[in-house]
Amino acid sequence: MSAKTRVNAKINGEQVEFLCEPRQSLLECLRDILGLTGSKEGCNDGNCGACSVLLNGRVVNSCLVLGVEVQGQEVITVEGLADWRGLHPLQQAFLDHAALQCGYCIPGILIASKALLDRETNPSEERIRTWLAGNLCRCTGYDKIVRAVQDAAARLKQARREVNS
Amino acid sequence: MSQDKHSLAGGTNYQVVGTRPPRHDAPDKLTGRALFGPDTKLPGMLYGKMVRSPHAHAHIRSIDTRRAASFPGVYAVVTAQDFRWNEDPGAKLDESAINFAYLQENMLAREKVLYVGHPVAAVAASSNHVAEEAAELVDVQYDVLPAVTDVGAAMRPDAPLLHEHLITQSLSKPGQRPSNVASHFQHVKGDPSQGFAQAEVIVEHEFTTSTVHQGYIEPQACTAWWGLDGNLKVWTTTQGAFGMRDQLAKLLHHPMSSILVIPTEVGGAFGGKLPIFIFLEAVAALLSRKANRPVKMIMTRAEVFLATNPTSGAYLKAKMGATREGRITAVQAELYFEAGAYPSASVIGYFGFAMGFMFAPYDLPHGQIDAYDVVVNKPRTAAYRAPGVTQVNFPAEQLIDELAVKLGMDPIAFRLKNVVHQGSELIDGTSHGSIGAEEVLRAAQSSGHYGSPLQGPHHGRGVAQGYWGNWGAHSSCAISVNGDGTVSLVSGSIDLSGTRTTVAMQAAEVLGLSLERIKSSVGDTDSIGYTEMSGGSRTTFATGIAAITAAQDVVSQMRGRAALLWGVEVQDVSFDQGIFTTHRGGGRQMTFAEVAERLAETGGPVTGRANVDPQGWGGAFGTHIVDVQVDPETGKVDILRYSVVQDVGKAVHPSYVEGQMQGGAVQGIGWALYEGYQYNARGDMLNPGFLDYKIPTALDVPMIETIMVEVPGPNHPFGVRGVGEIPIVPPPAALANAIYRATGVRVTDLPMTPVRILEAMGVI
Amino acid sequence: MAVVWIPSMMRDLTGGKERVHVPGATVGEVIDALEAAYPGAKERLVVQGRLASGIMATVDGKRALRGLEQQVSVESIVRFLPIMAGG
Repeated sequence: MSAKTRVNAKINGEQVEFLCEPRQSLLECLRDILGLTGSKEGCNDGNCGACSVLLNGRVVNSCLVLGVEVQGQEVITVEGLADWRGLHPLQQAFLDHAALQCGYCIPGILIASKALLDRETNPSEERIRTWLAGNLCRCTGYDKIVRAVQDAAARLKQARREVNS
Repeated sequence: MSQDKHSLAGGTNYQVVGTRPPRHDAPDKLTGRALFGPDTKLPGMLYGKMVRSPHAHAHIRSIDTRRAASFPGVYAVVTAQDFRWNEDPGAKLDESAINFAYLQENMLAREKVLYVGHPVAAVAASSNHVAEEAAELVDVQYDVLPAVTDVGAAMRPDAPLLHEHLITQSLSKPGQRPSNVASHFQHVKGDPSQGFAQAEVIVEHEFTTSTVHQGYIEPQACTAWWGLDGNLKVWTTTQGAFGMRDQLAKLLHHPMSSILVIPTEVGGAFGGKLPIFIFLEAVAALLSRKANRPVKMIMTRAEVFLATNPTSGAYLKAKMGATREGRITAVQAELYFEAGAYPSASVIGYFGFAMGFMFAPYDLPHGQIDAYDVVVNKPRTAAYRAPGVTQVNFPAEQLIDELAVKLGMDPIAFRLKNVVHQGSELIDGTSHGSIGAEEVLRAAQSSGHYGSPLQGPHHGRGVAQGYWGNWGAHSSCAISVNGDGTVSLVSGSIDLSGTRTTVAMQAAEVLGLSLERIKSSVGDTDSIGYTEMSGGSRTTFATGIAAITAAQDVVSQMRGRAALLWGVEVQDVSFDQGIFTTHRGGGRQMTFAEVAERLAETGGPVTGRANVDPQGWGGAFGTHIVDVQVDPETGKVDILRYSVVQDVGKAVHPSYVEGQMQGGAVQGIGWALYEGYQYNARGDMLNPGFLDYKIPTALDVPMIETIMVEVPGPNHPFGVRGVGEIPIVPPPAALANAIYRATGVRVTDLPMTPVRILEAMGVI
Repeated sequence: MAVVWIPSMMRDLTGGKERVHVPGATVGEVIDALEAAYPGAKERLVVQGRLASGIMATVDGKRALRGLEQQVSVESIVRFLPIMAGG
């Protein structure tokens, strides 16, 4: 066992400090040290996207990031999407469209979808599918997921209009 | 008897059934709060890791665990020696004991390893990383044997034998020589030679399908805690907590009441997490007992591919004859299934399905099917949704298609000409019950998709039809009434994709309550009666009946309470849509909540319960239509449009039924075009990861259109039929038929990769 | 007398007959009667006091959950089929 490193990072908006070994992935640190089990392990080699988190606003597979790499960085996980006011519009859209079945891939898909909708207000079906190609789902066949993301984009657009008007 | 009006099939004026309310478990799953198999965390928890064979076939000469046991951070090591076994390995054991011995051997090998990844020992340590390091220190000496990974090779007389005492089980005269053929069954209907003599057109081909994995994103994972008081608690992701508990009781020689299995949320299963095989839990339990600490074990993705239970690849020969008018006269098939390392058909029971359902959509005067279960040096096989049926549908529906082409008939018209109805006899001599075969074909024929033009070079439209029989089995449900008129419903059915809600919706319909007033949860093995595993498309049907029956029990008891409050006889109290009414005393009414408020003064709590084992469920038909474009230079298949037409009985929650149709179809698309285990001559699997074992991504499929046909299923008050498995059956054949029309070539091997398509086209 | 459908692989014992009538109040008794009429039948169906694994009996279309002890009536139809279990 190697000596542990102290890491300071902003996780879901909060300053957090933890100790980890250099060989532990960010995914491991989130799940086993910080108790944030929302991000999931599906393959541990960057091929399924179940561990997707936002690192400084970018989607990354947290199984391919080391815990020590997030020193001074900002991480958003699925646990950071909803707040005291309720579900994020993406989460609400997934609920309304029954876009989840077992739910295991959903945290990663929500994070990846958020990253897309943070950048593009009106992505086409093809754009959504391309963007989500790194997030595997075995249950749904992706149909309702794509519809939910399209709907969430529309809701977010509407919300922005209301704020600006 | 209850006088409520919410009973019996055919009703259409439902308040809850047929609507699309949000799921009980959705908020937790959307916010990351839901706890799946790998998420359990307990104080002092250790991490377990299996030591696995690097050889596909070998004798174990010795296992030395000393270095591992003394590695810093290691708390326990176990091998097969830590389990109690049958006394004499050579003794003549009865069949169930033999199957149980196979289960134990698969869990931890004792004398022989039969596939790469076969566990031989396990360690528990302070962290996952330490456990991995310690596992490498377990020294296992092997005498390597030649391996066989192909069904044909395994059946040759000189093939290496996996089990020295395995004699082919069949209903013929018993054989004497051991072989790798575990069993052979046969169905004969009528006189096939006469049937083929009557045929004016005959088509015949050989086909192969590859080993494919259910591909659930959540790996197998469990946490076991063996307390000093002898109570064992196991948190695990499984399709059946009670089946798991009972298996553990046998494996560990421990009373069932001392074992509590707490099912976690399940991140996909599809037949790969049945409690028929135990991979981790018993080993984790023994590690926990030795270490006196909880032990968590999670499989890596490679371990999931190598060492769980994929579904059989197969080698299939099929032949079909028809008259010039398009009436099928005879069929014949030889089916050679991979069992994997241990006999499978007698355990998973897929022969009955594969043989029975291969031609079940068609009126067959004559036929013969022979099925063989062949052991090979691969992980043992299990179900992947409809077990055995996708494999046989691939040849059957291509032969149908080829006949339609040869006879110049529309593919759906040809199928309609031979369609089955209630009472039609299958090849195994059983008869169809109430079914919607014709309705589904007609709905497909008149669909917008089928009627739309498809133009362009290398474009093609394919159709395929399939049948799955569904299931019933034991379910237990209890409904307790709360003082504010809400209720708590507990059932024993593991919720794979929303059944805690579809079951509660059925109770809500009977109770006249809105769904928000029912809390629905899945019990553990201490909190509800024995419930069969979730699979076979049984849950909304059978556990629904349990919930309906329990709800009727609640209503009956509540009527008694209302009668007490009113001072009338219980016969004078009726219940309809949530209101109790009596005509006595000038006519009075009370709501469900009003009676609930006064339970304490009328006799105490009300709990309705039901333990059911319903029979006479109905099977499901599905017809799929797919439009493809094939690139003539690369062989890539683009799916332009895909429709699933299916008889769903009664869609309790239409969104979830659509989800099953879409999800199953996309799994079938993966099976058809991308997926398959690849092996080298040594028996190493070459692609145990999501990079090289490709499952469909969002970019590989279009929107999946769904057309639900509702022919009420028999023996269920709302007409529910199972819907979850049939959608995986037709896609490979539908795609093969589409590829044929797009390219002029028939691909007879799965997966239909670009390379195979180009080879079939003669391009490479 | 119950009607027993003879699986195709056992018709070598019955001279090709696919349907026979035998007495018996349980599946086990029916099999014993089959054995008496067609020696060799029982060893194919019964292994160490139980139905051979991989095989189920159905009585009047319903799976015989009690195996050899399942009751059979005088007009019952008995079949022996490969087992079917969930997935």
